[in-house]
Amino acid sequence: MPDLLPENTPFAIARYTPDELKAALRKMYLIRKFEEGAEESYTRGLIHGTMHLSIGQEASAVGACMALGDADKITSTHRGHGHCVAKGADVSRMFAEFFGKESGYCRGRGGSMHIADVEKGNLGANGIVGGGLPIAVGAALSAKRLGTGAVTVCFFGDGANNEGAFHEALNMAAIWKLPVVFVCENNKYGMSTSTERSTAVRRIATRADAYAMPGVTVDGNDFSAVSEAMDAAVARARAGEGPSLVESMTYRWRGHSKSDRNRYRSKEEIADWMARDPITRMADMLVEHGIATREEIAGLEAGADREIAEAIEFAKTGENPKVAEVTRDVYTEAVQ
Amino acid sequence: MNMDAGTLARPEQETRELSYAEAIREAMDIALAADERVVLMGEDIGVYGGAFQVTGDLVHKYGTDRVIDTPISELGGAGVAVGAAMTGLRPIFEFQFSDFATLAMEQIVNQAAKVRYMLGGAVSVPVVMRMPAGSGTGAAAQHSQSLEAWFAHVPGLKVVQPSTPEDAKGLLLAALEDPDPVLIFEHKLLYKMKGEVPAGHYLTPIGKAAIRRKGTDLTIVATSIMVHKALEAAQTLAGEGIEAEVVDLRTIRPIDRETVLGSVRKTSRLLCVYEGVKTLGIGAEISAMVAESDAFDYLDAPIVRLGGAECPIPYNPDLERAAVPQVPDILQAARALAGERV
Ligand SMILES: Cc1ncc(C[n+]2csc(CCOP(=O)(O)OP(=O)(O)O)c2C)c(N)n1
Ligand SMILES: [Mg+2]
Repeated sequence: MPDLLPENTPFAIARYTPDELKAALRKMYLIRKFEEGAEESYTRGLIHGTMHLSIGQEASAVGACMALGDADKITSTHRGHGHCVAKGADVSRMFAEFFGKESGYCRGRGGSMHIADVEKGNLGANGIVGGGLPIAVGAALSAKRLGTGAVTVCFFGDGANNEGAFHEALNMAAIWKLPVVFVCENNKYGMSTSTERSTAVRRIATRADAYAMPGVTVDGNDFSAVSEAMDAAVARARAGEGPSLVESMTYRWRGHSKSDRNRYRSKEEIADWMARDPITRMADMLVEHGIATREEIAGLEAGADREIAEAIEFAKTGENPKVAEVTRDVYTEAVQ
Repeated sequence: MNMDAGTLARPEQETRELSYAEAIREAMDIALAADERVVLMGEDIGVYGGAFQVTGDLVHKYGTDRVIDTPISELGGAGVAVGAAMTGLRPIFEFQFSDFATLAMEQIVNQAAKVRYMLGGAVSVPVVMRMPAGSGTGAAAQHSQSLEAWFAHVPGLKVVQPSTPEDAKGLLLAALEDPDPVLIFEHKLLYKMKGEVPAGHYLTPIGKAAIRRKGTDLTIVATSIMVHKALEAAQTLAGEGIEAEVVDLRTIRPIDRETVLGSVRKTSRLLCVYEGVKTLGIGAEISAMVAESDAFDYLDAPIVRLGGAECPIPYNPDLERAAVPQVPDILQAARALAGERV
């Protein structure tokens, strides 16, 4: 089939079936709608605490997980809802977690910042910037020693690349040739601090040189570009050739968290990035290459809407955890 | 609130109502204006104004050379502050959440706390570290801890926990005049609390507790936000004929032995209330201090500790509340204690 495709066919169109591509777009919608639903629930007082929305970064999360199966692992971040959905989580149990319910993925103990789905290989979001990097290397060490063939994708932000944990993790992954792919979602800011002000190198991918691994920078709002870079990096990891660093250039449309007043960036910059909406670009690509019609795409979006509405209803009706069980799960076997 | 507070504000000093966060900002403003050596360092303390809006607009007044946004590098950032303090600057380092000081333990515990001693007194480390702490914000296990007792275990560090806007300002100014590292644990739920704050410069002495309410029937030694819960409980108890004396510890290293022991000798009953995990915490130290002293002979009932539950802080709001002492817990413990006799 590849022979029949014109020369400038995007990687994803050549690599994935129409069903896979439509499922990927559906997941991107699901993430977008999930974030909007979470935001609205927060505003209506149904969710407490804070949250970090990934609206605008959907191609990065979904594109990065395209080459993974259920046996593969990810480690995620405080901005982790999208990663969780991309790795196959059930949005009902995600909402239940955000609503603090026993039916949530963490039985209401973790909330947004600790969302996880261990069965599907998501070892968890993280409240600590950079906290997931060494853990991903540990998961890769397990996979190598136990011969599972699993690859670990480690998501982290541009801000995390200035933590010591980043440098220590990349070095160990490289010296031990571990099956891990480091995915830096560079959305230009760690909270209010731009990469220009926080990071000595212009491209974070060049830090791969210091740890003798391949490093590439891709347009993180281009689903095909992300999935192409990840395809190569995951294949390399599976073949036992060691880790890679993929820098995915993207942008968060919303503030850092619910308390951000956006004083560090301009309205024009935000508008400029919103015009590069990863979902619109993916939909256009599918139409342009005859993968899906506009009607089909509208159907995908409507389906995602329905799934989110149902998930929120499920979460609302869940049971609260019992206060008497507040010390449950501190240890595997309860201690006095 | 001013009773025996031990503030060294001149009596003629006028006061205004400020929030706890505003009081801290005012202290930093005074220090930045008065002393070129003072710099602020931390994550998002510049144009963002700090995660809890404590530094606020200071960057616009003093510029980015003195209000320095660090990369997300707690170990490095805290270490830079330590090195700068050893060599002439007076850094005030803000951890965005005190939880992230765990990433900087090396520089705080191995370096800042010990370098003076290890070098036989040849250097000092006049660094101030600000630590937003505590639960109640729904931010779950990695953003809600009360780790002050960990740091208080380390000789070389001083650890304070202001409970009022007045003390938040006075203790910060005192920390800046102190030649040794001072860690200030600020409870996040107190940032918006208002109180009378003296204008201008004054010091709240490090190492001095404050008696917030006088009483004769039991002593409640509390820290930080628990002082307010203890005072609320004390008011209810007064209606029941139980007069609780509430001691605000304010500094947990060095502890003000005299104030605590004096109160226990008077009331003969002791309840310790703190948000950190109950076991191996501040309450254990206070209890042992009493047990090892003559005040022990005055006790009419076993000492009671109320501390955080033996678990991380959970996300669900009901569980989160249940994980730290609340007013009804204090009431229940105080009633039982007041009725008891050994
Ligand atoms: C060790 C640590 N330091 C600071 C924080 C506070 N914090 C949470 S997210 C964040 C910014 C992270 O930036 P980046 O890694 O670029 O991720 P993004 O938020 O842009 O997705 C900061 C400073 C934290 N959670 N953990
Ligand atoms: Mg970022």
